[in-house]
Amino acid sequence: MSVETFEAAETGGLTSESAVQARTPWQLFWRRLRGDRVALAALAFIVLLVLVALLQAPIRSLLGLPGPNVQNPAALDVFGTPTGPSAEHPFGVDTLGRDVFSRVLAGAAVSLQVALISTGIAVAVGTLLGMLAAFYGGWVDTTFSRMADVLLAFPVLLLALGIAAACSGAEGCAGGLIQPGIGTVVFTIAFINWVFVFRIIRGQTLSLREKEYVEASRSLGASNRRIIFREILPNLVAPIIVYASLLIPQNILLEAALSFLGVGVQPPQASWGAMIADAVTVFDTAWWFMFFPGTALLLTVLAFNLVGDGLQDALNPRSDR
Amino acid sequence: MTDTLMSVSHLTKHFPLTEGVVFQREVARVHAVDDVSLEVRRGETLGLVGETGCGKSTMARMMVRLLDPTSGTISYEGEDVTAASGARLKRLRREMQMIFQDPYSSLNPRKTIGSIIAEPFAIHGLLGSDGARRRRVQELMEQVGLNPEHYNRYPHEFSGGQRQRVGVARALALAPKLIVADEPVSALDVSIQAQILNLLRGLQRELGLTIVFIAHDLSVVRHMCDRVAVMYLGNLVELADSDTLYRHPRHPYTGALLSAVPVAAARSTVRRERQVLEGDLPSPTDPPPACRFHTRCPKAQEICRVQAPPLTPKDGGALAACHFPLADEEASAIVPTA
Repeated sequence: MSVETFEAAETGGLTSESAVQARTPWQLFWRRLRGDRVALAALAFIVLLVLVALLQAPIRSLLGLPGPNVQNPAALDVFGTPTGPSAEHPFGVDTLGRDVFSRVLAGAAVSLQVALISTGIAVAVGTLLGMLAAFYGGWVDTTFSRMADVLLAFPVLLLALGIAAACSGAEGCAGGLIQPGIGTVVFTIAFINWVFVFRIIRGQTLSLREKEYVEASRSLGASNRRIIFREILPNLVAPIIVYASLLIPQNILLEAALSFLGVGVQPPQASWGAMIADAVTVFDTAWWFMFFPGTALLLTVLAFNLVGDGLQDALNPRSDR
Repeated sequence: MTDTLMSVSHLTKHFPLTEGVVFQREVARVHAVDDVSLEVRRGETLGLVGETGCGKSTMARMMVRLLDPTSGTISYEGEDVTAASGARLKRLRREMQMIFQDPYSSLNPRKTIGSIIAEPFAIHGLLGSDGARRRRVQELMEQVGLNPEHYNRYPHEFSGGQRQRVGVARALALAPKLIVADEPVSALDVSIQAQILNLLRGLQRELGLTIVFIAHDLSVVRHMCDRVAVMYLGNLVELADSDTLYRHPRHPYTGALLSAVPVAAARSTVRRERQVLEGDLPSPTDPPPACRFHTRCPKAQEICRVQAPPLTPKDGGALAACHFPLADEEASAIVPTA
């Protein structure tokens, strides 16, 4: 059999089927995600939430509501207890006469900001260190892996409380680099979470670096840098997306927990966790003060988790359902 | 024809086995390749055969400098490959390329076929414009029997044989002189194997390539190779012209390998002795002393346990490392002279 004959046979067989549209992995991913209605509904909710958080000022003026930090003693009743939902204040007011609806909107912006930024930092740091540790091995791996082990040995909330408390002083921490308020919360959450990303990425990279295409690339003369970023990283995109989408709701909850405990977002800035904490004392008379931020938190976390599950199924069709 | 392209001398690779977390100490070492010397002649196809674990793939990876040898040297056109680094190594890499065993693992699933074949140009900064690169990639695809229109497809859309063609195209992209093929067909269906083998032979003729062809399938090697080197437990035991080796194996191990090759013939027409080796392959962490084959050799005597036989010319021109090489009668009893 000559080269020419089977060349003709093989390519001839294929040209006839070239009418079938070739799909990239991303097109396949999108097709599968489109079929998952629960994930799509959750995604729609998240998009809506982001829009509402971005457009909170126009929405407030449209509804004629005061800003989130505007105190209005007139909205309290004669005994000084907050009034419930009304035409003027759809979600009622809190103990200081602030509009709960405005504060839930402002809290959404804080929650999303903190969760997205801290997850972004954690994922970037964890991915980079995980790839480096697994790719180079030796002392690089030992150093980062032991650091990760030490961090994992602390209970998450205790560590977070410690860091947040240490950084909440007037001059912040890390030489003034991290200022109290949102900066501290973001730093604390990112610092705790990079470890989990690190471990996942390190494990994946350990298996990816043994692939023959890495050897092929090396034998072509590719640098380590090129191999890490051009050969290995593209194969990590799917696990990174899935893990990040599951980390975001966790971090929303962590931010709420820190704010609830008083070391998170500082007053008077609105945060769902801090609102719930403030509402605890008046819950028996003013249910709306806890109910609306609590529901917002629940729905947001649920939506992110559902999207995360959907992404996982769409990116790994062979994984168990 | 006896022009040497690559010469390997006293090449040794030991992999240390370590224990301990922070302070690692060596507990044993795997003798993957031990003191192997051979030459690769310009334009030939040199077969490298042996059982799994005999060091063939380690040899291949050292030849293209994917592994650094423990000791010994490899010189390519007089230049020491093992000592090259930086820009010199990058230039040497253009001269020699590897084709890998597993066509599923050797192509990055996240890249299109076009960008996989174009990668060599990107790494070496060749063919600057996208258009020029694309044209060259499509030429290469055509040369290896792929439809150039499939430039934008992903590896998962191709069969094993087609993927291996992509691997061949990538290896050819930099116009190397030496191709090291590490069992390029052993992961493929038998019906596809012949296509890839013919492709390689055709390309070799067309481009004047030198090929080091690694396999464990002796009939494949016979079809492909001008000369054959047989390895056992990291040692080179026999090196001979293909015809000589298949007609008159001199080393008892080669004899045993050949006697295990199935022959497609009615039982009555071909009479031969099946020579079955006793025992298991010894561990490469603790290879037998002197001649490594003595534990399983039917002809072993006292001297084989104390003195390692050097690789010397035997009757018929073959080089074999054996104190008691097979005589012609013994060889032809094992190998039916067809």
